[in-house]
Amino acid sequence: MKYFFTIVFSFLLLISFGNTIIVGPAQPIRSLKKAIEAARDKDTILILSGIYKEGSIIVTKSLTLIGEKNTVLDGEKKYEILLISGNNVVVKGIQFRNSGYSAMNDFASIKLVDCNNVTLENNTVIHSYFAIHISNTTNAIIRGNKITGIPTSEQLTGNGIHLWKSNNAVIENNHIQGHRDGIYFEFVTQSQIRNNLSEKNIRYGLHFMFSNDDNYLHNTFRNNGAGVAVMYSKRVRMEKNHFEENWGASAYGILLKDITDSHILLNTFHKNTVGVYMEGSSRIEIQKNSFKNNGWAIKVQASCDDNIFHHNNFTGNSFDVGTNGTMVLNKFYNNYWDKYDGYDINKDGIGDISYHPVSMYSMIIEQNPTTLMLFRSFMVSLLDKAEKAIPSLTPENLFDDKPMMKMLKL
Amino acid sequence: MLKLSRYVLYDILRNKIVIAYTLFLFIVSFSMFRMEENSSKAILSLLNIVLIVLPLISLIFTTIHYYNSYEFIELMLSQPLSRTRILLSEFGGVCISLLSAFWIGVGVPVLLFSADDTGFALLFTGTALTIVFTSIAFLASVRSKDKARGIGFALLLWFYFALIYDGLVLLILFAFSDYPMEKFTLLLSALNPIDLGRIFIMLKMDISALMGYTGALYKDFFGSGKGVLFTTVIMLLWAAIPLWLAVKSFRKKDM
Repeated sequence: MKYFFTIVFSFLLLISFGNTIIVGPAQPIRSLKKAIEAARDKDTILILSGIYKEGSIIVTKSLTLIGEKNTVLDGEKKYEILLISGNNVVVKGIQFRNSGYSAMNDFASIKLVDCNNVTLENNTVIHSYFAIHISNTTNAIIRGNKITGIPTSEQLTGNGIHLWKSNNAVIENNHIQGHRDGIYFEFVTQSQIRNNLSEKNIRYGLHFMFSNDDNYLHNTFRNNGAGVAVMYSKRVRMEKNHFEENWGASAYGILLKDITDSHILLNTFHKNTVGVYMEGSSRIEIQKNSFKNNGWAIKVQASCDDNIFHHNNFTGNSFDVGTNGTMVLNKFYNNYWDKYDGYDINKDGIGDISYHPVSMYSMIIEQNPTTLMLFRSFMVSLLDKAEKAIPSLTPENLFDDKPMMKMLKL
Repeated sequence: MLKLSRYVLYDILRNKIVIAYTLFLFIVSFSMFRMEENSSKAILSLLNIVLIVLPLISLIFTTIHYYNSYEFIELMLSQPLSRTRILLSEFGGVCISLLSAFWIGVGVPVLLFSADDTGFALLFTGTALTIVFTSIAFLASVRSKDKARGIGFALLLWFYFALIYDGLVLLILFAFSDYPMEKFTLLLSALNPIDLGRIFIMLKMDISALMGYTGALYKDFFGSGKGVLFTTVIMLLWAAIPLWLAVKSFRKKDM
């Protein structure tokens, strides 16, 4: 392992033209703080295996900090471990643990304030209040970190990766679990979130507010307290994500609140209480998603308008679509519904009669949740059949006029 | 007693209705599993059969069988046999024939195609409902001497349990929607074996839709070992009490 690092070092030395300072329990420099003090811009600090309890470490120079396999920075549950405020800083392969908790400050294992071009790569963060906390930063790259918290309560646990007022961030291949929100964005623009796994967080797997022009690709959000919440944002693109097993009275695959001009495509929603919950959202195109075995595939509140749902697969959901009023300003077409029982005379693959995805019973249950007791009873299916013939409670205009006969290949 | 049950069983098998019933169940279950692409959808269709058809067949078949074997029962009564024993053997014979029809007709396809929690819940519910409705049918037929009245009463009971009761529940839930009714619905479900069986299966099938407060309460209750015990005990009571009442009135009955 040491040889490997020596080689890496010499290489880094060549490209950065900086010096390398080695810190370790058996080295001349034993304290990371001293090493940082002694370093100049573009230097590299190699931190050898060992446990370092040095309180808060502050980096303001352009340094590269590299850890070994067992390099641990311990915050002793009192301190913020690493505070970075500068440009071109790289932190790699270090384990952070036991950062402090404070009700006044957002203590974090790694905090970035007013930075530019910072890379945090392959670090491990365990038992932190906030794990990675980033504010007012441009071009941050957070890659391959493993973040594990101890879930206690919403007040006592911070967010896994927290970004505030940043732009052009890239967050990829991270694994976050056991925090309050897995990934939290507020006022973050033009950023990419890719290939992350966020699971078992107390509140949301991903939570973002006022963050425009961001892309979310290939992420998995599983078994979080309340799923994923996306609020007050514009031009968001969500593609090929997996939303799984978000169960609870107010848990959603995605909660969309006041989202406009966005795209949701090729995602899978599997076993959520509610797959997509939309409120006050406009001009969202929801296409080619797969909704499977959810309680409600989609709940569209009457406050949504101009949203388009097409070419989605709805299979095995207890209810396909739920809504709270009779006003419908959204459009459904060319979706596959497994409950569709129409016919196709001209054999063009499109059903000849339209499909009404809102069942009467889903309206009843919305009004009076205790009627859940009668779910799937003979009585209820009779009511549903009667309602289909003569709609009275369900919104007449909510229908898919070109339902697909066969499941779409996505 | 066993000997008498065996004769009842032979008699039932000879008139081939039960065999036709078995075949019907088997063909329906089998074709549902072959037709639907995923087995959970097939289970869903089977759920309706178990909840609607099974009680109906059990009720009708048992009442008709009772009236048809009236002479046989009279003959047995002239022998030195206790009345309780005679009725219980009749019950045992009918029950075993209907249960074996259900296990072959529905049990085998379910075990072949979907031997999971939901499948076993379905088999459990089907078994329980068969026993419960056989016992209810015995009560209905022992109580009335007239054949038409007995069958009519059995049909009415089926209507009540399958349809009217749920309508009443819906009415009650809407009338008292301002009050917390969650715990009360648990009681309501215990008052109808069909509802109890349905909720028992539903908890295995639609877990994700059941996560509202009511659903969480159900899941806590029925999902635990306590819930399984509760369902079993209530089903047993539903089978035992009508049978006990039937035996009681059969003993005093003037044939």
